[in-house]
Formats: sequence, C-alpha cells, structure tokens
Amino acid sequence: MSKIDQLFKTLRAAGQKAFMPFVTAGDPDLEFTAAVLKELDARGSHLCELGIPYSDPIADGPVIQASYSRALDKKVKLAQILSMLGGVSGQVKAPIVTMVSYAIILRHGLAKYVEDAQKAGAAGAIVPDLPADEARELAAICKTADFSLVQLVTPTTPRERALKIAESSSGFLYYVSVAGITGERTELPRDLIENVGWLREQTPLPICIGFGISQPEHVKRLAPVADGLIVGSAIVRRVAEAGSKPREAVLKDIGEYVSTLLAALNG
Amino acid sequence: MSQTASSHVPDAAGRFGAFGGRYVPETLMRALDELAAEYEKARVDAAFQAELDDLYRNYVGRPSPLYHARRLSKETGGAQIYLKREDLNHTGAHKINNTLGQALLTIRMGKKRVIAETGAGQHGVATATACARFGLDCVVYMGEEDIRRQQPNVFSMKLLGAEVRPVSTGSRTLRDAINEAMREWMSSVETTHYILGSVVGPHPFPVIVRDFQSVIGYETIEQSRHQLGRLPDLVVASVGGGSNAAGMFYPFVEEEGVELIGVEAGGRSAEAGQHASPLSYGQPGVLHGSFSYVMQDEDGQTCDVHSISAGLDYPGVGPEHSYWKDTGRVRYTYCRDDEALKAFGILARTEGILPALESSHAVAKAVELAKGRSPEEVIVVCLSGRGDKDAAEIARLTGASK
Repeated sequence: MSKIDQLFKTLRAAGQKAFMPFVTAGDPDLEFTAAVLKELDARGSHLCELGIPYSDPIADGPVIQASYSRALDKKVKLAQILSMLGGVSGQVKAPIVTMVSYAIILRHGLAKYVEDAQKAGAAGAIVPDLPADEARELAAICKTADFSLVQLVTPTTPRERALKIAESSSGFLYYVSVAGITGERTELPRDLIENVGWLREQTPLPICIGFGISQPEHVKRLAPVADGLIVGSAIVRRVAEAGSKPREAVLKDIGEYVSTLLAALNG
Repeated sequence: MSQTASSHVPDAAGRFGAFGGRYVPETLMRALDELAAEYEKARVDAAFQAELDDLYRNYVGRPSPLYHARRLSKETGGAQIYLKREDLNHTGAHKINNTLGQALLTIRMGKKRVIAETGAGQHGVATATACARFGLDCVVYMGEEDIRRQQPNVFSMKLLGAEVRPVSTGSRTLRDAINEAMREWMSSVETTHYILGSVVGPHPFPVIVRDFQSVIGYETIEQSRHQLGRLPDLVVASVGGGSNAAGMFYPFVEEEGVELIGVEAGGRSAEAGQHASPLSYGQPGVLHGSFSYVMQDEDGQTCDVHSISAGLDYPGVGPEHSYWKDTGRVRYTYCRDDEALKAFGILARTEGILPALESSHAVAKAVELAKGRSPEEVIVVCLSGRGDKDAAEIARLTGASK
C-alpha cells in the first residue's frame, strides 16, 4: 500500500476530504518552492502536487504556463528539482505527487524517472499528456515500485472508458472538472457533481476533482461528492507575487488562503 | 535500419513502427477517436472521394503540372530537373489538398467551426479558404514573429473571413501556434474541429494529412509514366512538419528504384538553436502528441529552432518521416538559409518562377544533386508553394546584407 493509499484510507475512515494544492518547481527559484511546500504542509494540506515545468504544456492555462516559463527561463533542471524535493520531502507530512509531462519522463527513462522521483520522496506522478491507452509500460513500472500513477477522467470521457481508466489508475483518480485547460473559473459545470457521484459509486479508488477550483464556495459544493480537491492556478498566481513582494508576505498570503479553503473543506 | 518501410502504416494505435501514437490530455481523446472513426468511413465512401476529387479538379486546379525545368537543368548541368507545381494550386501551395479534405470531414462530423495553426500562413490561408467555401467559422492561430514576416498571408486570411489570433508565447512561431490551437481545442472540442496542417500531432492527424496530400505523389507517378515513360530516379521535397514531403513520398515508398530525399531547414549552422533539422540533429521524443524525432534538451524540454522559412521553423517532424528515416527508405539532409535564398534567385532567374522559401530548400538540394548526375537521369522536386508571400522578407534580408 502506497503512502497515498494509506492517506485516503485514514481520511475516509475519519470522514475527511483531502486538500491538494499545486506548486510549480523553480518558480521563481527552488529555494522558494521548498518554502512553499513547507507552508502548504504546515497549514494542513493533505497532499501536494509539484509541477515539473515543461516547455510546451498544452493542458495548462496562462497562469501555470507563465510559471513554467519563469522557472525554465532560469534553466531549472530536473536533477535540481529532485534534489530540492529530496531535501524537503523528509520535513513534510503530506505525500508529494509530481505533475510531469511525458516528454520529460521519456527522455529521463521511464524506470529511471520512477526510481529517482521515489528516491527524492515523491509518492507518485500525474502525467497529463499520457492517456491510459499509452500508459501501460509506465503503469507496469509504477506498480512494481508501488509508486502511484494517477490517471485522469474528463467531462468528455465516455462512461465506459472512465471505468477502464479508473481500473488502471493508482493512488487516486483525477477528475478534471471542465473540458478545457487549467485556470480559475467562477462557474463550474452543472453536471459535474452528478458525473463524479456516478463514478464514485463504480470504483473504490478515491476521486479528486481539479481544474477551475479556487473559491471556498466551490470547495463547499464539491467536497461532499469527492475524496479530495485540487487547487492549482490560484496558488501559482499567489506564488508569482514573489517576484515583486517580500517572500515572507507571499508565504503568509498563500498560507492564509490555504487555511480558508481547508476550513471550507473539513470545517 | 533492419526493417523495410511498408506503406501499410500506421496501425490502429497510430504507430508507424515505433513512432506516432497519441500523447495528449484525456480531454481530447474522444474527439480523436471520433475523427479516426469518421475518417475510416469517409476513406471508403465513394461519394466522399468523388466530392473531394471534384474539388481538386474544379476548385484547386488539379492535377498540378509536372514541369520540365529545362533552363534550370541546363544551367545546373547534370540530371533533368522536373518541378511538381503545387505552387499553381488555388491559394498557392499544397496546403489546400488537406484543408478541403478536412473541411469535408468537419461537415460529416456535424461541426460548424474550425480552428487551425499556421507558420508561413499557407495553411492558414488554405484553411480560411476551405472554411469560406463551406461556410464554416474559422480561427487561425499564428505566432507574432510569423505574422511579422508573412504579412500578405495574414491580410488574405482576414479577407477570407477568418479571425487571426496572434500568439505571443515562447518563440512566437509555428510550435507556439500549435500549442495555442491545442489549448483552445481542449475547451471547444465538442463543437469545433481542429484542422492540423501537417503530418504531425496525435493519431489520426498524421495519417489523414498524409492521405489527403498523397494526391501529389500519385499524380507525379502517373505524369512520370506518361511524360517520361518511367518513374523518376530521385524525388526531393522540403521537410518542416513534413506534409508536402509525406504526400509526395508516400506513393513511392514501395517503388524501390526511386530514391527519396527529404530536405530539412539547416538554418544558419549546425549549432543548437540555429537550425530546424530534427531528423539530422535531434533524437526521438514526444512533442505535440506524437513520438518522433524532435529537437529537445537532456531534460526533454523542446529547444528553440531557427529557419529563414516560417513554414520549416519547427522543432519536430511527422512520425512517418521518423519511420522512413529509421528504415532507411528516405534519406534526410538539410539546406542552409543562404543556400535556400540562392536557389530562390536561381529559379526566379532561369524559369520565371518565384518559389516559396520552404520549397527553395528542396530546389537547392535538387540542384546540388543534379550536378553529379547524367543528363539521362530525372529528378522531381516538389515545388510546394509560391514565393510571393516571401518577396518582402527576402528584400529586407538581402537589402540588409548589402
């Protein structure tokens, strides 16, 4: 049983939901990313998603794209990111999942990526451009290593296919709330709750909802139907302030924002 | 190099040997499945083929001539050079072969809106044209750098009723335009078809675009038999994403006596970032949804590339080209910016034809190869497009160099 399986088992037993913030590695530098991860953890986040910056992210909206560009402009390397993670993962309770493009994993070597990320303390990976059909080889490697490979279901996924994806996913299932790219939204689709509710009855795998979530009202509405919620762009937008504001103030702002959402989630 | 190239590719998963596949977000998978299914139906539907043939003949002006460039051949001294005149197509390039086919698919799928990316603007113009012809809404994504250097095409697209959306991310060229078009498609996929302009991207785009473009090669075979009484010895085409080359080469793949040469953009030099030649200098990796040769760094990040020609200024290449490279069926080489510029001048002066800068790369290589060969031999060059769009940029570049 992986760290993530353990976490959801505990949360489900306690009737609690997971809060999973996302942060881009190396934005604006790795030292700050480590500080943000610690802050997110200290505020009670249950899992953290660490975005490995990629040059051509097609699933990402302007906020996360810009964060990837800021990190890559400073030539941040995968080895440096994993080394930062290795330093911080022992100091945080929350399991850390890497969000990483397949181009990066493939170039690094599938088995080597899993080995190196695991050594650095990562509990799994989400590969947004690796649909289930192409994921067999990586899934087999992850399974042997007990490293979660989180797969995604979207509003355009036919139900029968969603069940197959759920079968091959591990750790949890990432339910993408909208047909579109990452980014904050005021309104979320009307049939989202019904669709997630249906899927949750079909699979024992925990389901976390992401894309578009940023407000306490979203959290309150979606929490009952999911096992966890993922918040990305709203955090990254705050991290971006580190370019122009004192870092302590930015960390505090991120922390307070996370506390507000956590209160809405399990409060 | 061990296997022999087959024309029975890709397989059901979109694989050309090891290359191709689908590396895209789950959100796009249903649309790609639907597109593949619709295309399979259309491919064997006689009415669909008849409609497309009629458009090719009466709207595009096909067949395009296979023209014996006698003055160019004479000045070169060596093999006879023939030009497959895709520049004479409606809209001035081969791109229309694909956009009309995909516009018909759009209508079959019940969609009324189209998005596209463009580099040189030729695919943008061809998409805007097909959309005007069929009354489809059209949005074209184009990098700001390409908007600057291909102004005439930007104006044409607007006249044709398309909206041109400037892309300001990354290097502001073709690669970024594809990123933006894909991102838009993530949100509009239920109502919108993405007319991808090259043999790149996730399955089924590489096979659809190749098939629509292969009219170039099939015509060349028929014209060669009629005009020469035999097939050419050598066929040369430029390769960016690789659509004109794929359309020209594919019908020749199992004609073993015909040598095939793909010409990438060699840019300024062999130094990383100074060229756009993934088949010459890159390695296999993933970009824009398929596994193929790509220019990337040791972390898998896509590298910036350079070409004088906006249509070849792309770090990736279609997966079937990677397959042809690794099976040895096609030999890939490159041509530098200055050689392409020189070939542009030679063809203009000897034949009265202004080739697109993209096609000038193939002309340059053909001239070089013709020199060492006997006058009995025949080289066919795919003249993929006309060069009017490049005239202002060439004037700027040559003016600056004086």
